Amino acid sequence: MRLSLKWLNELVDLRDVDVKTLMHRLTMSGSKVETLEKLDEEISSVAVGRILSVEKHPDADKLSICRVDVGSEELQIVTAATNVFPGALVPVALDGARLAGGVKIKSGKLRGALSQGMFCSFAELGLTRHECPYGAEDGILILPKGEPGEDVTKLLGMDDSAIEFEITPNRPDCCSILGLAREAAATFDRPLNAAEPVAPAGEGDVSEFLSDVSIEAPDLCKRYMARTVTDVRIEPSPEWLRMRLWAQGIRAINNIVDITNYVMLEYGQPMHAFDHACLSGSRICVRRAADGETMNTLDGKPRELNSSMLVIADADKPVAVAGVMGGENSEITDSTRTVVFESACFDGASIRLTSKALGMRTDSSSLFEKYLPPENCAAALDRACELVEQLGAGKVVGGKIDVYPDPRPVRTIKPDYGRINVLLGTGIPDREMDGYFARVGLEKQADGSLAIPYWRDDVACTADLAEEVARFYGYDNIPTTTFAGDAKPVVRTPEQQLREALSDAAAGFGFDEILTFTFFSPKTYDKILMPADSPLRKSLSILNPLGGDESVMRTTALPSLLNAVASNQKVKVKAARLFEIAKVFSPALTPDGAVDAAAIPTESYRFMLAEYGEKADFYSLKGVLDAIFTAQFGAAGEYAALRDDPAFHPGRTAVVSVNGVTLGVVGEISGAVSEQFGFQSRVYAADLDVGAMLRLERGTAVYRPISKYPALYRDIAVICRESVTVGALSACIRRAGGKLCREVDLFDVYRGIPIAPGEKSVAFSIVFADDNGTVTDEQADERFAAIVRALGEECGARLR
Amino acid sequence: MKEKLDEILGRAIRELDQADQPQRLEELRVAYTGKKGELTSILRGMGSLSPEERPVIGARANEVRAKIEAKLAEAAARMKKKEEERRLAGETIDVTVPGTPCRIGSRHPLTLVRREIEDIFTSMGFSVAEGPEVEFGYYNFDALNTPANHPARDVQDTFYFSDNMLLRTQTSSVQARFMENHKPPLRMICPGAVYRSDDVDATHSPFFHQIEGLIVDRNIGLSDLKGALTQFSQMFFGPETRVRFRPHHFPFTEPSAEMDVSCFACGGAGCRLCKGEGWIEILGAGVVHPNVLRMAGIDPEIYSGYAFGIGQERLALLKYKIDDMRLLFENDTRFLHQFY
Repeated sequence: MRLSLKWLNELVDLRDVDVKTLMHRLTMSGSKVETLEKLDEEISSVAVGRILSVEKHPDADKLSICRVDVGSEELQIVTAATNVFPGALVPVALDGARLAGGVKIKSGKLRGALSQGMFCSFAELGLTRHECPYGAEDGILILPKGEPGEDVTKLLGMDDSAIEFEITPNRPDCCSILGLAREAAATFDRPLNAAEPVAPAGEGDVSEFLSDVSIEAPDLCKRYMARTVTDVRIEPSPEWLRMRLWAQGIRAINNIVDITNYVMLEYGQPMHAFDHACLSGSRICVRRAADGETMNTLDGKPRELNSSMLVIADADKPVAVAGVMGGENSEITDSTRTVVFESACFDGASIRLTSKALGMRTDSSSLFEKYLPPENCAAALDRACELVEQLGAGKVVGGKIDVYPDPRPVRTIKPDYGRINVLLGTGIPDREMDGYFARVGLEKQADGSLAIPYWRDDVACTADLAEEVARFYGYDNIPTTTFAGDAKPVVRTPEQQLREALSDAAAGFGFDEILTFTFFSPKTYDKILMPADSPLRKSLSILNPLGGDESVMRTTALPSLLNAVASNQKVKVKAARLFEIAKVFSPALTPDGAVDAAAIPTESYRFMLAEYGEKADFYSLKGVLDAIFTAQFGAAGEYAALRDDPAFHPGRTAVVSVNGVTLGVVGEISGAVSEQFGFQSRVYAADLDVGAMLRLERGTAVYRPISKYPALYRDIAVICRESVTVGALSACIRRAGGKLCREVDLFDVYRGIPIAPGEKSVAFSIVFADDNGTVTDEQADERFAAIVRALGEECGARLR
Repeated sequence: MKEKLDEILGRAIRELDQADQPQRLEELRVAYTGKKGELTSILRGMGSLSPEERPVIGARANEVRAKIEAKLAEAAARMKKKEEERRLAGETIDVTVPGTPCRIGSRHPLTLVRREIEDIFTSMGFSVAEGPEVEFGYYNFDALNTPANHPARDVQDTFYFSDNMLLRTQTSSVQARFMENHKPPLRMICPGAVYRSDDVDATHSPFFHQIEGLIVDRNIGLSDLKGALTQFSQMFFGPETRVRFRPHHFPFTEPSAEMDVSCFACGGAGCRLCKGEGWIEILGAGVVHPNVLRMAGIDPEIYSGYAFGIGQERLALLKYKIDDMRLLFENDTRFLHQFY
């Protein structure tokens, strides 16, 4: 909300308060100042000049040389303007003056003749025809008044500033000059000089013009008031009114329209003016539009209406979209002679939805959206009629229409002073609080309760009163205390602990933490070649996604991870390790298997890792996983080849489990998917279920004495078929090695000469140890032989 | 014989001082003190001496032997040291060559900020709660005293799945859930992702993060809120930080406040970061609205509380002087590597 300082000072005298203090104190009492704009900031050194003489320039046909009295001196100014004449009062930009748009004026010679300044048009002063209806469009602004030497900005009333406030939605009353003035008066504890408007009684009766006014949709219109004005003379408003609108950023149009705008600014009550001649049947009906009904609004656009929208209609057609915009068919024109002023109270939600549906948000609709009090209609209507009389814009007709089926009683609230002090942590005496209440118009009644002014619908309970007290007592003055209550131990949930531990471990291995959006386009599933019938394709869909089609809550974080990889490869990052603890959403399903958009989905976390680069391969990632598993769960992972996940390489992918609990997948991203993401190099990724990890029994480590007896080491190299896995060989060695076999470590896999094609040589280092004594060579030899036998029988492997 | 001994000693010392090879040292040892060495042969010839001379010459001979042995040890040590010096000189490396590459991964700036905030509030006795991101309208709005026709509920601002289910627009939704399951006294913070229907730009994202805080007990008031958040601000932004609370409005708190901290770039003098105001808006907070307590089954006549909501992105952007929010979600390692 914008507030002209001049206007404010008229309502609350704050001329002795400097603007900075004013803005600070209003901010601290709840009216947050956003910006301050000095309206005549661009203009300086423009004075009123009286033209003494106009002579032709001897050397230029189109220029004239004028002598001008600017009060302190007489200047010579050369001008190309043709509308200047001796005796005319004009704005003179003196030497060194600044004009709109940053223009600087300097003394100089024009075709050899000295020009000590420049005459100004209204545009050069930053004004328009709306503020200066008397001004020539392409000539010098001939001033209607003024004394030579007078400051033109002051003379025209441009010497004003406007403060822009952020108004919170609970305070629609502050979307008005009067409301902000009330706040300023309360903040500075000064009187508010706002007189109740006194509307002329008028002659005749409004019923002669409006015989039938009714509200057919009382749920959407709480009150409808109207008065009529005859003998209207449409003309420009007086300068004070035009400049007041200008300061508020509204263009002056004509006296009647300006009055409605002025009252809207002053009271926060949107008004509308109809040309009575255009209302058929002297009838007004506030009703829902018929589906498909159309009308042209004031902006000339045709609008198709429906039955959710409220209209003001005459006997046979809508003449306004209620509270949003008037109709072209009843617009005030220069020939309007009888005006109907409407001041009504419409339902906020209805106005909001209508203005949205029609795509037109107006000053009026944005006010109504905030739920205005019906009582405000009366004051605003009176004020409009008062202005009509004051401006001589017409004759106010006696009587008023007031359809108000359900008038509200005055609400009261009993202040609980003790509770207020608890809520604030203060010890403010009751009488001091009463003082703050009085400042905001909460009047104490005989029974001790407070009457709530109609414009403060936001005040409804003790907490609201506490806020009023706090605002004027000062948030700064509320003490700063530290609350000492029962201290309970703060314990993180096992899942929170695990997530942090996994993150720390991944980071420890050089993986950078990424953060990805949890929703994406349904087409994203295609990018990882997810089968059409995959249950993971069943995802919750956002009904109103942003511009694109990023509309599904992901059921897998793999594409998000791969996108992050792709964006790094795109900027030529040669190698990267990335991880995320990523949330996925598994929707609830209806009995027939469809996504249930009305039931909360299961949200779970995935531990996502990816790497690429010269040193990355399947085993580097697997090594990291095993290190993390061992640190977290006391056991490395078990890996079983997975060949049928289309996102992954069929020969380089495994299902990972730990202690028999399946955790997820690790592997190389398949060529087809790599192509989808535009990968330049092979990418390895793991997608693990954090929830499954939580199911793993972590237990507590139990100390095992370290064997006092030396261990024996034996190496074994066998040749076997390519299809025999290292996992199978080492499992076989462990089994055959028995109790004494403590460790089986792979140290070499070799293919090529002299090993036959289709075969490979695999070498392990085996550790034999016994907690109860030294392992003898004989014992080791015996076990070794058993191992060789078992490898031969079970794996078809022979000693190399 | 005494003369002979003195001559041997003088010669041995000379030769040992000149020796510069371990091999030469060994030769000298054998030559002087070895079994067939000069000294040994002298001692062997002692028999020919008179009984008077024998102890004198014997003592002298032992003295000379000790001196030569000491000299031998000294020369050996000298030589070992030289040898070591030679070896080390040959092994000199360029210490400015970079170490074997290995690095600890970066934590995302939002994680760093979240952890710091969590640490501060858990140290004050707040437990860390979580709640669903896909949420019922009831918890996101109704239970937070946000009426059915409130503009915040518009499809323009909120992502919906159905009439009653949406993506939470604020972590405040966890307040209501938490209070259903926990009775006062309670203290919790809730970090998490929230969603609003905003297009991505330098200062907006449809996906961002907040941390909600809630405390409910007897006799909690605005002063306690000021106390806790002042402490938080001084721990997060530094001990010199001043805070300012301004009246504001949220449907679920009353009285409500916005908190500013003194600009940590200029200390409050006014600069580009604080747009000349000296203050930076950090968070929204307030005394829990009695309707919110009532809806959660807590008697607002007995209990009161305060709540606050912190934007993680906002703090991360301010803390690390990041000028574009999009960077947080682009996952460019050249960006991520800057955080520690």
